Amino acid sequence: MNCQDHLWRKADPVATTRRWFFQDCGVGLGSIALWSLLNGEAGAAAAGTQGEGRTHHPARAKRVIFLFMAGAPSHLELLDHKPELARYDGKLPPAGLIKDYRAAFINPSSRLLGPKFRFARHGSCGAEISELLPHLAETVDDIAIVRSMVTDAFNHAPGQILMNTGSQQFGRPSFGSWTTYGLGSDSSDLPGFVVLNSGKKGPSGGNSNWGSGFLPAVYQGVQFRGSGDPVLYLADPPGVSRSTQKDSVETLTRLNRLQLEAIGDPEIATRIHSFEMAYRMQESAPDLIDLSGEPEHVLRMYGAEPGKPSYANNCLLARRLLERGVRFVELFHEAWDQHGNLVNDLKENCRDTDRASAALVKDLKQRGMLEDTLVIWGGEFGRTPMVQGGSDGRDHHPNAFSMWIAGGGIRPGLALGASDELGFNAVEDRVHVHDLHATLLHLLGFDHKRLTYRFQGRDFRLTDVFGNVVEKMLA
Amino acid sequence: MGDEPVQTPRSIYLPGGGGWNESKQVTSIPFRAQQGAAQGLRGLGAAVAAAAWWAGLSLPQSAPGAPVKPEDHWAFQAPLRPSLPAVQNADWVRTPVDGFAMARLEDEGLMPAPEADRVTLLRRWSLTLTGLPPAVEEVDRFVADKAPEAERRALDRLLASPHYGERWGRHWLDAARYADSDGFEKDKTREVWFYRDWVVKAINDDLPYDEFIIEQLAGDLLPDATQDQVVATGFLRNSMVNEEGGIDPEQFRMEAMFDRMDAVGKSILGLTIQCAQCHDHKFDPIKQTDYYRMFAFLNNDHEANVAVYTPDEQMRAAEARRAVAEAEAELQHRHPDWKERMAEWEETVRRESAGWEVAQPEVEEISTGGQKYLPREDGSFLAQGYAPTKHTVTMTATTPHERITGFRLELLSDPDLPRGGPGRSIKGTAALTEFRVSAAPAAGGEAIEVVWGEAAADVNPAPAPLDKIFDDRSKVERLTGPVSFAVDGKGETAWGTDTGPGRRNQPATAVFWAKEPVGFPGGTMLTFSLQQNHGGWNSDDNQNHNLGRFRLAVTAVERESETPPVSERTLGWLAVPPAERSEAQWLGLFRAWYRAIPDLREEATAIGALLDDYPEGATQLVLQEREQGRVTQVLKRGDFLKPSERVDAAVPAFMHPIPGENDGSRLAFAHWLVDRESATTARALVNRVWQNHFGAGLVSSSEDLGSQAEAPSHPELLDWLAVEFMESGWSLKGLHRLILMSAAYRQSAAAAQDMLARDPYNRLLARGPRFRVEGEIVRDVALAASGLLDRRVGGPSVFPPAPDFLFQPPVSYGPKVWPVSTGGDRYRRGLYTFRYRSVPYPVFQIFDVPNGDFSCVRRVRSNTPLQALVTMNEPLFLDCARELARKALDCGGDDDRERITAAFRACAGRFPGEQEMAELEGLLQRQRERFREEPDQAAELAGTSILPGCDPGEQGSWVVLARVLLNLDETITLP
Repeated sequence: MNCQDHLWRKADPVATTRRWFFQDCGVGLGSIALWSLLNGEAGAAAAGTQGEGRTHHPARAKRVIFLFMAGAPSHLELLDHKPELARYDGKLPPAGLIKDYRAAFINPSSRLLGPKFRFARHGSCGAEISELLPHLAETVDDIAIVRSMVTDAFNHAPGQILMNTGSQQFGRPSFGSWTTYGLGSDSSDLPGFVVLNSGKKGPSGGNSNWGSGFLPAVYQGVQFRGSGDPVLYLADPPGVSRSTQKDSVETLTRLNRLQLEAIGDPEIATRIHSFEMAYRMQESAPDLIDLSGEPEHVLRMYGAEPGKPSYANNCLLARRLLERGVRFVELFHEAWDQHGNLVNDLKENCRDTDRASAALVKDLKQRGMLEDTLVIWGGEFGRTPMVQGGSDGRDHHPNAFSMWIAGGGIRPGLALGASDELGFNAVEDRVHVHDLHATLLHLLGFDHKRLTYRFQGRDFRLTDVFGNVVEKMLA
Repeated sequence: MGDEPVQTPRSIYLPGGGGWNESKQVTSIPFRAQQGAAQGLRGLGAAVAAAAWWAGLSLPQSAPGAPVKPEDHWAFQAPLRPSLPAVQNADWVRTPVDGFAMARLEDEGLMPAPEADRVTLLRRWSLTLTGLPPAVEEVDRFVADKAPEAERRALDRLLASPHYGERWGRHWLDAARYADSDGFEKDKTREVWFYRDWVVKAINDDLPYDEFIIEQLAGDLLPDATQDQVVATGFLRNSMVNEEGGIDPEQFRMEAMFDRMDAVGKSILGLTIQCAQCHDHKFDPIKQTDYYRMFAFLNNDHEANVAVYTPDEQMRAAEARRAVAEAEAELQHRHPDWKERMAEWEETVRRESAGWEVAQPEVEEISTGGQKYLPREDGSFLAQGYAPTKHTVTMTATTPHERITGFRLELLSDPDLPRGGPGRSIKGTAALTEFRVSAAPAAGGEAIEVVWGEAAADVNPAPAPLDKIFDDRSKVERLTGPVSFAVDGKGETAWGTDTGPGRRNQPATAVFWAKEPVGFPGGTMLTFSLQQNHGGWNSDDNQNHNLGRFRLAVTAVERESETPPVSERTLGWLAVPPAERSEAQWLGLFRAWYRAIPDLREEATAIGALLDDYPEGATQLVLQEREQGRVTQVLKRGDFLKPSERVDAAVPAFMHPIPGENDGSRLAFAHWLVDRESATTARALVNRVWQNHFGAGLVSSSEDLGSQAEAPSHPELLDWLAVEFMESGWSLKGLHRLILMSAAYRQSAAAAQDMLARDPYNRLLARGPRFRVEGEIVRDVALAASGLLDRRVGGPSVFPPAPDFLFQPPVSYGPKVWPVSTGGDRYRRGLYTFRYRSVPYPVFQIFDVPNGDFSCVRRVRSNTPLQALVTMNEPLFLDCARELARKALDCGGDDDRERITAAFRACAGRFPGEQEMAELEGLLQRQRERFREEPDQAAELAGTSILPGCDPGEQGSWVVLARVLLNLDETITLP
């Protein structure tokens, strides 16, 4: 994912990396002065041309948590109530509906399968939510549900890559990378974009889901773990104490500075800062993942257990990361590919995730962070109204699915769009993945058509050549 | 010029080729006549583009919606050799490169930097050519060697090193998007290291670049293609493969085709042509039809996977084949009547193979386990896409037959299967757990299960425990064996096709006779169940054991004899009248015969055993031309479901014509790509070579020389090098000598602040290159400096230690295999580290190494805290620090200063300065004191390999020092 453009005059990654340290990381006036000393006008020019740290319009959201439900959860059992589908249970879908429809596994002309769970209205907005999501039901007045999502892909890897990078082609920068590229990072000792994994498998799209594509590697998602070494190679080797490490890094700095004086190459200054920041990360990251200091009621709210890796722990970690200035946190929970065992797997998945997802919204709200934090929940596509297997499975389905989004300028209590009565096609206020990206970037202060990066003779953007801001979603 | 190193300034100037006579004047535009320069610049070529670029002017682009005219963009005209510019500072010029460099400096009013010292020079040459730092002794020897030939000798030595091919091969492998796995969700491992080794060898041999390209595009189509030339086509097969459940294989074949086009565009043509996949190129004159015309050259192939052998294995294979041939001759000698006896058998086989009707059943989608059964014209099915390790496919067919006596299952070879099949396992083998058929009235009604009588097959391996690659963790003992295993009602046994190395990738045919004929008046509906449960536990890995390609048939005739059935191929030979049979056909029939008849069973077994030592070899993904070409159509918006107008293979009209006849083959396309008249091929390559030596290309956007490209900093130099490269036989080594011997390359990298501000990226060449080495080399340098490096060249990829959790869910989609290498393989060069696309080796990922998802001709070079964590803490880097410490203590000298000097020089080449020495001595003293307090920690850090008589505290302190040295900016920087 690192085949990147690095001498483009509009946004040189070398300069960008330096800027990231000296400007975006808030490491203090002295360093900023050093930065301009080292880069002079050239650096200043590079800094001014792109959106980094400078939005196109005032941002409503400054941080993002993307709860990516990899595998594709069934909208029909969770967020999109289809009583008519229940009536047609066991019947074949209308031939006109499935004409030219391509399914991954099933013959499109398979019998319809009624929803397996009950729905009820909640909150003052009266949103209909499945009985599987009792905790989310408590937050419906703070979230917006979109029931008219559509995508282009119906296989996992391409679908996930599309949702995360705006393209089915591997090698494009991820949404998190674009966001940190646009907004920079507020953390001086943590990466701007952090990735956490839970669930039964890893995401099908692999690390391309959080890659920086042709953007500089500083914008790439960094995988954190809730146990062990939170970041790869964070711990010093056995026998290296903190004081040894401090002495080593300081000696290294002095030696590198001698080279800097002799050669003048500003990359040496960047290297010095890389080591200093790594040293700080060694101190702060273990503290960050240590949940034992969280009050009991908070742990209970999330269902988190210190030291026991889980989706709930990751949700709580996400909040702690944001508090420390991390710009973008993405949780991957791959567990939702219910070709079979739909009922039991959904029960289990919702038991594992509903409480924590809802807790995150509540917790951020209590802390006053929700108003400028976007929380996004959803997968790469939906599931077929038609059955797969006997009577307990659904196939991949790109024509309609549901997501929810909270905070950061999203209209709370909104229920946007609708699928048809079978939940097959999105028919009202259709929101394509590109539209979602355009809208989220808008809330982050960017015109999605202008947040670009020059590569291979072309200005690339998250939304490719598509996307419209969905005005109805905005508060 | 050729391979002769350039030494004498001026003496090698060549007459100008015209067309650039006024170039110097043009270059000076921005500095002498900036005003009005933006007007009327188009058509003046690269020099003006460069001039405008440096003046900060934007070139007039084409009107919106209209691409640039071919004649208006410098890179669309074939390069001509420019004359060498006259410069004032002629003494500085060492190679023609310098004339162009100096002309530019003089225009800018700049002086070049002084020449770098010899230690720096050798280190720079070594790192750029081999990716390894020079040994301290090599540095000393070079510094001491005052002979005029010393530099030339040093370069010759480096260019002759096998590590040169490793370093420059890796640059090409980026462009060739090399990886050891498929990508996408399953990201299964693949065997393609033969291609990697081919690249390294080709570069070491200085295979001319035009041939280098021709072999990679069409090596298989060259006359008497060698294994190496076939392997070279792996270039086109490095595309990702999606075997996720539920995919349409054709969709992802198309994705692979697009990827191949992109790779050809970026790596060979230096053009981004992928835009034209969906629509006419917006900026360059490449139309969508042009794209699909070029696409058509590449669209007529099987995605083949063939067995390949090392030279040693090829010898063993030849020996085994000779032994078989001798034994067969002996058999014929002992049975002089073999032709007559065979004729009887032929008659029986011919009779019994008549009267079969190919069933063309429909596949029940629900039963496929996600595997695609693609129907073929001959009534067979080819298994593609996801490969479940356990499933039972059911298929139904209706036949007018009212009385069916037997059923035939042919397992067929296919180029699209591993090693040609007939199975889908990584060995190309298959196992059929059970074969069941039920029959029902065609008009509807109760089905009855066919009860089996006899079963016969031409391939009947002896019962053997299932190969451990198919372990399903059930602890049940599973077997493969003769065809009777498919009808024994037992789930543990299966009919297998694995008759051992050298024999197993052949078609196999089985006939199953019903105990009582089945059928119904008015026709019969048959349901075939092919149970394929002899795969392993993990369908996300290479553990399937499925049928690859097969065909079903039924008959109403009675079984006459015990003679086993034969394959369609054998029937084809039979059909040739004896007088007209070729030697190969006779041999094929002879083999089928002696293996089939009962009285020669012992002899057949003995001959078979001669192949037991036949080498397994490895496999390699290659292209193999189809007998029947595909029709290529323009795809609307690049969507494979929206084919429109049909196109034939051709090249864009605005580019140079195909040399010779256009027969639509890959070979014709390959010759076109490297034709002397190609405008971009040589420019793209020399520009990338320049980029890899200097850190940036003469055109910085090295993947795109099209109209949106950055203008070249030294346009005439680019063209001069391109022409020189082609005219001197496309020799990369010659090109390296021209560049590396130049005064421009030898400059010191030190620069004052005002120069850094004026020219931050060193486009003016007023100083030498200086940049952090690439990810693999960061690791190689540490290994080499410490002495741990294992310098063996080539072979299967290796698995240095990496955190296991990365290869397990929930980080990896499925559990991946990462068998950590032991011994020297831990310390092989980064080139050999196994490359999973979805879970890249983390050290490389952090250091900007591309993962091979697509062609990359220019890496980014980032500088991040995560990189600092790697070089400080990654276990292998710790091994290096320990070894460097041990070496310094053991043989670095007699006192601290000598030892520090030795370790420092191992990392940086030069001697430490006094201040540096003081810093390092201070660190050592402080660390000794710390370890005096904490002896346990010292022992932990020092590791297990304590020198005799050495105190762990002392050795541990040296590890701390060595760790600092290995982490110096200088250690991982080309100076």
